Amino acid sequence: MAGDAPIFDEMNLADGAVRPAYETLARWLKTIPTDLLATRSREAEALFRRIGITFAVYGDAASTERLIPFDVIPRVLTNDEWVRLSKGLTQRVRAINAFLGDVYTKREILRAGIVPEDLVYQNPAFRPEMNQQPVPHGIYVMIAGIDIVRVDADTFYVLEDNARTPSGVSYMLENREVMIRLFPELFSQHRVAPVENYTDDLLATMKSVAPRSASSDPTCVLLTPGLFNSAYYEHTFLADKLGVELVEGRDLFVKADVVYMRTTEGPKRVDVIYRRLDDDFLDPLVFRPDSALGVPGLMSAYHAGNVTLANAVGTGVADDKAVYSYMPEIVKFYLGEEPILKNVPTWRCRAPDELKYVLDHLPELVVKEVHGSGGYGMLIGPKAAAAEIELFRHKLVKDPSNFIAQPTLALSTCPTLVEEGVAPRHVDLRPFVLTGRDKVRIVPGGLTRVALKEGSLVVNSSQGGGTKDTWVLDS
Amino acid sequence: MLSRTADNLFWLARYVERAEYLARIIEASTRLANLPSAYAGTSNEWESAVATAGCAHLFYQAHDKATRETVIDFLAFSPDNPSSIRSCFEVARTNARSVRTALTVEMWDAINAAWLELSKYRASGLNQDEHLANFLSFVKETGLRFDGSAYRTMLRSDGYWFSRLGVMIERADNTARILDVKYHVLLPGAEQVGGSLDYFQWSAILRAVSALTAYHWVYKESLKPWLVADLLILNDQMPRSLAACYESIVRNLDSLSLAYGRQGPAQRAARATRTKLESARIEDIFQSGLHEFVSDFITENNRLGAAITQQYLT
Repeated sequence: MAGDAPIFDEMNLADGAVRPAYETLARWLKTIPTDLLATRSREAEALFRRIGITFAVYGDAASTERLIPFDVIPRVLTNDEWVRLSKGLTQRVRAINAFLGDVYTKREILRAGIVPEDLVYQNPAFRPEMNQQPVPHGIYVMIAGIDIVRVDADTFYVLEDNARTPSGVSYMLENREVMIRLFPELFSQHRVAPVENYTDDLLATMKSVAPRSASSDPTCVLLTPGLFNSAYYEHTFLADKLGVELVEGRDLFVKADVVYMRTTEGPKRVDVIYRRLDDDFLDPLVFRPDSALGVPGLMSAYHAGNVTLANAVGTGVADDKAVYSYMPEIVKFYLGEEPILKNVPTWRCRAPDELKYVLDHLPELVVKEVHGSGGYGMLIGPKAAAAEIELFRHKLVKDPSNFIAQPTLALSTCPTLVEEGVAPRHVDLRPFVLTGRDKVRIVPGGLTRVALKEGSLVVNSSQGGGTKDTWVLDS
Repeated sequence: MLSRTADNLFWLARYVERAEYLARIIEASTRLANLPSAYAGTSNEWESAVATAGCAHLFYQAHDKATRETVIDFLAFSPDNPSSIRSCFEVARTNARSVRTALTVEMWDAINAAWLELSKYRASGLNQDEHLANFLSFVKETGLRFDGSAYRTMLRSDGYWFSRLGVMIERADNTARILDVKYHVLLPGAEQVGGSLDYFQWSAILRAVSALTAYHWVYKESLKPWLVADLLILNDQMPRSLAACYESIVRNLDSLSLAYGRQGPAQRAARATRTKLESARIEDIFQSGLHEFVSDFITENNRLGAAITQQYLT
């Protein structure tokens, strides 16, 4: 698989034919001059500053926020492709929720020997505080971001599950708004499924998981670490669209196991907290005592069942890269179904024979730290210098269970506007899966991330990635 | 609304108002300092500017002498002065960022653009008159733009009322401070009656609160110190007078108590001060002591700020 497999382009087949989903777009791309595309691209940037990211700190060198590059050429999925993806996503998130409910209570999957105990108990994201603690309506992960990659016309892999505080959804929503304003003609030629109902879906999801002691119209808030957080813009954006208060830890307090926010009209009870704050910082009485970002007593209100945290505490144990490799078994164990979405083939370096294979094939593999994220702490064999490979060899031998390895996937590409014109660039997809008491909601599409550097497979915005609008066409 | 949000809106408005006032003080002081001493007297206008800005203590920790250079640097740019124009804009912008959902785009633009623009100006450049004039008009325009954006684009609900309260409490404080520092030139002194020296001081006071033209419209007379005091304290047509500020403070606090269905110490304190201003006559104020009246007012105004904080913002 290492680099010699043909790369699947989502628009152009190897024989030069255009895939049906892209026919109209390909025709349009042929007629529109590249310099006009470039002009529109600059307009898009101006719009981003005006309609939303105005609120980021443009012009400030010390800023933690910046504009993530936006590519004006959309990525297109057919309805059939989406239906299959969406079934697979729903199945996967159901399994993740079942797994979390189990590892914090009965632990059947551990006793059945399907997932090794130490992967759970020794996992830094496992929270003993959640042992035998019920969570409202038994739902742990209300908001999941599942990273999907594609390698050919039929094969989608799950690259990573994000079950803690996945970000990026504001880009999905803003990208669509900007595309509609810049290219109205494309939207009259295509029937693109809307995404703008995401925030309504999110609010409905949050209200559906309110604790039973809440009033019939529960109060939801979004808890942010504050304006120095790199995703602060997204927090403000979502709070605005949801119509809920954007609170910091100091705006909340706990009295008699009930959470209140300080308002100009006095204390107001809070029922559901969409928290964009990591477990470690939630409650200084339980987790990091030096955290000034959290709310003292929050965990005790949570255990008393008087407030819902979305997502629940301790969900990180399910999105770990080592646990990831067991996801197919996890799906089968809880749901008795075959996984609809495949995992990327993964070698668990904790197993001696798999470690041996990995050590023998380092130049062609991607090696990842089990707890790493954001594209850091990662070896991309085919692109690494010999010294870097040797460095990883040492790390692997020293602490094998801290690593997994995967083949270098030939990620699909999409046409992308770059300096030299329109050229294929590698993409992934992060759909957002909302799980409420009543149902699972997924808006069609998600956030497409694109590696803007030629040949690059790293789509993370911290490493030069951009984003695209993602279209699911009505059949 | 969240107390923190209301607190941020309140202080955001105060800081923008304060920056504008500082610009007016610098402008008026420059004008006075440039007059030949036969017209302006021998008093040091820059000392008086520092006192009017209420930062004399901090200033003399940093500088030995109040000169044009040291005072303009301290009032306009010094990061050591928490009330310099620069510091005001910086705090205002930080507040604005953390209440971004409570601001309109226009208000954010006004404050963010001001912060970006500020970096074009350097203290050293302000020694040139033209540069200083540009800088001061930029600061005043920022105040107008922010205030106008709030007036034109904000929902008329609690956020707006807290923002107005911030403007008015700060404005009342500023007007009272200039009276507090300059009261001596308004007092009748037998040896100087009819002298020309104070005339320019009076007009400088009026300029600092942009009331020189208003004075002529209202009184149709040449400058008289008691009329200057009347205009700035009791005339409720004059937007920076203490009376007008309190008329607005009472109105905004009433809107809050109506919306929230209850009132408290802030409403009572504001009404008491307004009643006092409504029933006072300028002759009586001079009789019983202008200085005492103004110092008492500054104390009451601070107390009202604390009462609002206590009642709503914590």
